[in-house]
Amino acid sequence: MSEFFLYLISIMILVFGVLTVTSSKIFRASVYLLFTLINVAALYFYLQYEFLAGVQIVVYVGGIVVLIIFSLFLTHRVGADLPGPSNVRMLFTFLAVLFAFAFCYSLLLGNEFPEVPFAGSSLSIREIGKAMLNYGEGGFVLPFEVVSVLLLAALVGSIAIAFRTKPKNS
Amino acid sequence: MVNFSYISFVLIIPLVVFLITGLFGKKVPALSGMLGTVGMLAAACLSYFAAYEYFIVAGRTDGVFPAVIAFKHTWLQFSPVLSIDIGILLDPISVMMLVVVTTVSLMVHLYSMGYMHGEERYATYYAFLSLFSFSMLGLVVSTNIFQMYMFWELVGVSSFLLVGFYYSKPSAVAAAKKAFIVTRFADLGFLAGILLLSFYSESLDFQTIIQRMMPALPAGGDHDGSIFLNANTASFMGVSALTWALCLIFIGGAGKSAMFPLHVWLPDAMEGPTPVSALIHAATMVVAGVFLVARLFPVYSQIPAALDVVTYIGAFSALFAAVIACTQTDIKRVLAYSTMSQIGYMMFALGVSGYWGEKGLGFSASMFHLFTHAMFKALLFLGAGAVIHYVHSNEMKDMGGLRKKMPLTNAVFLIACLAISGVPPFSGFFSKEEILTAAFEHNKIIYAVGLATACLTAFYMFRLYLSIFWNKEYKEHGHTEHHDEAPITMKLPLVILAIATLITGFIPFSAYVSADGRAVASEFHLIPAVIAVSAGLIGIFTAIFFYARKNNKPEMISVAFGNVYRSAYRKFYVDELYLFVTKKVIFNFISAPAAWIDKNVVDGAMNLIAAVTENFSDSIKTVQSGKISNYVMWFFAAAILLSMMIVYAF
Amino acid sequence: MSEMKFILAISFALFFIGAYGFLTRRNMITMLMAVELMLNAVNINFVVFNKYLFAGKLDGLFFAVFIITIAAAEAAVAIAIIINLYRKFKSIDEDDIDTLRW
Repeated sequence: MSEFFLYLISIMILVFGVLTVTSSKIFRASVYLLFTLINVAALYFYLQYEFLAGVQIVVYVGGIVVLIIFSLFLTHRVGADLPGPSNVRMLFTFLAVLFAFAFCYSLLLGNEFPEVPFAGSSLSIREIGKAMLNYGEGGFVLPFEVVSVLLLAALVGSIAIAFRTKPKNS
Repeated sequence: MVNFSYISFVLIIPLVVFLITGLFGKKVPALSGMLGTVGMLAAACLSYFAAYEYFIVAGRTDGVFPAVIAFKHTWLQFSPVLSIDIGILLDPISVMMLVVVTTVSLMVHLYSMGYMHGEERYATYYAFLSLFSFSMLGLVVSTNIFQMYMFWELVGVSSFLLVGFYYSKPSAVAAAKKAFIVTRFADLGFLAGILLLSFYSESLDFQTIIQRMMPALPAGGDHDGSIFLNANTASFMGVSALTWALCLIFIGGAGKSAMFPLHVWLPDAMEGPTPVSALIHAATMVVAGVFLVARLFPVYSQIPAALDVVTYIGAFSALFAAVIACTQTDIKRVLAYSTMSQIGYMMFALGVSGYWGEKGLGFSASMFHLFTHAMFKALLFLGAGAVIHYVHSNEMKDMGGLRKKMPLTNAVFLIACLAISGVPPFSGFFSKEEILTAAFEHNKIIYAVGLATACLTAFYMFRLYLSIFWNKEYKEHGHTEHHDEAPITMKLPLVILAIATLITGFIPFSAYVSADGRAVASEFHLIPAVIAVSAGLIGIFTAIFFYARKNNKPEMISVAFGNVYRSAYRKFYVDELYLFVTKKVIFNFISAPAAWIDKNVVDGAMNLIAAVTENFSDSIKTVQSGKISNYVMWFFAAAILLSMMIVYAF
Repeated sequence: MSEMKFILAISFALFFIGAYGFLTRRNMITMLMAVELMLNAVNINFVVFNKYLFAGKLDGLFFAVFIITIAAAEAAVAIAIIINLYRKFKSIDEDDIDTLRW
């Protein structure tokens, strides 16, 4: 039964992904992106990583996609059609991507992974929190701090970049 | 054992004076003249003292005057046996040359204080004079043939600077260039000779070369004579290597000493100031070639072929120059050709000389003549300078009858002319008579040439003297300012040199300076002396006949001799021949193709490389299109390729 | 085909779909969307490896969390740049923004 859900989720991911990159109307593309990301979160639920699924929905879907839609409205006439790429380019890129995918897939098939059977309950938030702020062995406090600095930098940077300077003759 | 370490000061003083006057002289010009003169006076006193110590106090050891190394420093060591040293070698000829160079230089320094007074570049002139003195002094005390070559070139450079002193005159610039180029060209032969000689003797040091190349010398070195034999049998085109080396070295010496055919620079070099001509082209630089042959004389005496070359070129130059001097009208040109002729005497005196004992008379005679000639030729040039200073012209036709206006110059000029004509008891008689005696015993033809040249010498010198001081009445033209004969700074050197000319004849020179270091007895033979003096007197009376009073006999003679006179007046067209060879032959056949190759082939190759690079970069510049998707495409392709390489190839 | 390999294949496919989109699309913002797809594919990859090969540890999870964080920051900065470009060139078509060329 669970496998049915796995296949469903996977197909939805792929279908919506393809639609995102090939749609000619931009607003629809962003909505397809939204659906793709929700399906990825569903995949995380299936893999019993609930915390990560929650983060995905809150940050990605609730933050980034909304940001993208805002910027769409700021810079575009949303109703208009997007001009597509030339046919040569599409074909060439498709062949290249297909070739690369075939290569990776062949690697995948040829390799034997030493799987460890999953024993134990799913991770609780308490454990995740403890690991994140643990500065001993196996702790992640350093990346945590670095990422927070990076967020600050990105915040300041994006304000600085998008700052509209006052015109000279005012 | 006498300590000669103070000798290095004789070299250091002029060098220091050069630096000071060159760098700071412009601020206080008058001081530079005095500094130069005082410095040279100090150097002269040191060299007199050294001569006294060397000849009288230290004297002979084992019957010969020893060669003293006063200072030696190994400068560049190429291998354990080959090195270039810088040192000071004192032996009879170098001590004598120290005395000559410092004395004449001192006279010139003193004289120039008056002659160059008011000159704008006064300090620079004294700087150049000091540089020249330093170079010449370094040349004569060199221990190492390469050190001598370095100072040789330095002397050439200083003479270039001095001859071209009036650089705004194009003729002076051309003359300086000519002097430098001709002597530089001769130095090519000198360098080749040095390399050849040092290759066979495996050393650059003079004493070592002489020991190795002269097996008969008693002192150490190479007793079995194998090095000498090796050098003498290795041959190229039928002539042994050692002969080639010595002839090539002689070519270098011939260039500096203005021997035929490398003499063309000497008359033109009279464009420089007259004191410069007195210093360089009478007494010091032009005898550098003679000095070189004298320094290597032990080796030359082994190879009769090389000595023959020296003899014949010297004798020919002497006669050649004497004939030309009879026709010239510029007084400095006459003196220049006279110098060339007298140096020819010194050269063939060396050429007819042997080495051992009595046979070495030619060597002593040559050195003696060098010594006396320096004195009276400098005197002649300085006197001519006084005349030019008074008359403001170089040509004989502007002069005449100056004996009343310039009495002192008249007297000293007469003394010098009598000396050069070989009239006793002036110094020239003693030295010239010794040369002719040595020539008579060796080669009668050379003796005849020497005698004929002596006659011509007397003739043209007295032609010069009479045309300046007698002949006609002096008319002042142009300026009406009436100035004195010469200031005291110009008169004093004339008097000193005249006294030197009178007394140096009586020095028993061959007792001190000789080829093998032992005293050579020079007796007074009556018959040869009478013949020599009468040749001189014939010349003098002929000159008096033609020139004492103004008449038209000279023109009649020149018309009668016609073509011969004209070719002699035009210096036998040697200059025109050189110009033809360089302009028509070398420029067209060698220089023009070389220029073409440089511009088209060499530059063309460079331009080709640049053009190829430019075209290539033009063709691939479209990769940088500015579009992000293109860049990502390349990135993507490279990533795939790299990963495939890693997976499949490693 | 085990479950792990299946999900890995899905993540590869998603990644290359994102690559295709990035190379094909002309609008800057749609290119950004394709970049998000690629980042998500990488996240799935990390999570799968963590779950099936290193069951007791949390490294993959944290990698994924931090990648999400950084993707958010990067998207913000990218939007700021795009807005700036729009102000300058009056268009966000990538063919029009090619002045940094030869």
